[in-house]
Amino acid sequence: MTALHYQLRVNGRTHDVRDAHVGESLLGVLRDRLGLYGTKGACEQGECGSCSVLVDGTLVCACLVLAASVMGAAITTIEGISPDGVLSDVQQAFVDCGAVQCGFCTPGLVIAVQHLLDDNPAPTELELKEALSGNICRCTGYGRIFAAVDAVVELRSAR
Amino acid sequence: MSITIPRTLAEVYAALDADADAQILAGGTDFMVEVNFGHRRPTSVVSLGAVGELRGWRRDGDTLVIGGGCTYREMQDPAFAALAPALTVAARTVGSPQIRNVGTIGGNVATASPAGDTLPVLTALDATITLGSSRGVRHVTLPEFIVGPKRTTRIAGEVIVDVRVPVLDGPQEYLKIGTRNAMVIAVADVALVVDRAGRTLRCALGSVGPTVLRATEAEAWAREQIDWSSESIAAADALCAEFGRLAAASARPIDDHRSTADYRRRGVEVLASRAFRRVLARMGDGR
Repeated sequence: MTALHYQLRVNGRTHDVRDAHVGESLLGVLRDRLGLYGTKGACEQGECGSCSVLVDGTLVCACLVLAASVMGAAITTIEGISPDGVLSDVQQAFVDCGAVQCGFCTPGLVIAVQHLLDDNPAPTELELKEALSGNICRCTGYGRIFAAVDAVVELRSAR
Repeated sequence: MSITIPRTLAEVYAALDADADAQILAGGTDFMVEVNFGHRRPTSVVSLGAVGELRGWRRDGDTLVIGGGCTYREMQDPAFAALAPALTVAARTVGSPQIRNVGTIGGNVATASPAGDTLPVLTALDATITLGSSRGVRHVTLPEFIVGPKRTTRIAGEVIVDVRVPVLDGPQEYLKIGTRNAMVIAVADVALVVDRAGRTLRCALGSVGPTVLRATEAEAWAREQIDWSSESIAAADALCAEFGRLAAASARPIDDHRSTADYRRRGVEVLASRAFRRVLARMGDGR
């Protein structure tokens, strides 16, 4: 059986994926083939959101994306959210507000928050909770995560 | 080992005809879980994601035509909600934003889970499924298509082109029980739609049988209770309770890892009664 070869465009860079199995998830390819370990894997059934990435600007769980089906798409992972060594405003707010404890959910949450605020700069509490309902955090109780989002909303509106 | 990403239905049909082992990938939210857990081992995949003809939805007279590739997110469009409100509510209860962004109605129907969230609504609406293949197109009702848990009458080479539901005049409800508000598979769910023109009320129950079930006894009883000329019916407690009891009698739940048969039956009773109360209140208001 012949293996699959294709290319993926991740964070603006084109990567070769060689000798692949057709069933490989985008999560598996990002981590195990491309060495992009920022995207976390936990449930592998779309329930935890720790593998949240953007595919052509749409928020998805990388574990539920067949990697070969998104060749040609623009994929953004946590590594591509800001230039090397610089934190995005969302990342900085997470640090400042203590929204990071064990940190496992953080990359997915940052992607989800960034995506939400780019689309809806001033979400209501309900909109915020609904937007983050697919990202599970078992440490913080969400209070500090919501505080970080509020901080970004305030910062961006003051600009 | 191959992946095909066709752009047209004709290309989909050709790809499916060319490879009998090809597996169809829609949004991937069920497909990839099975792959990740080793329950599905694809060697050849036909991905529907780039097929323009399957996208979105449109109104065609009194029919809402929903493309097989229409996502749950797209079904949350207010313009869609104006035509099939219960379907919008059901779509909103599916998974999380990440799931709703990619999961499709065609996938929900093809997966044929007894807990598929859109299925009770589609059943209550008497939806028809359009199946396309290189041999042509055929239309089947949902009960003709879904015949058991994850069992359908899809023939090799066919894909779900669209799902058609009538645009009805009358209130609609969809209610679901799960362990939390988001990211939850239904323990029991109920859809209730009123068709003023047809002077009928249709109720379907999900997650309480091998397939979605119609609560036909409750429907027939309610039809007699409603004065269709004036639509004046008081949402009396006793009436709502009776509707719930009759609906629960149609349920055929089982005990499993998600709940017990007793809890599900009681859940259907409460949800059906609540849905009935809500539609009666809105009928009284002329909504």
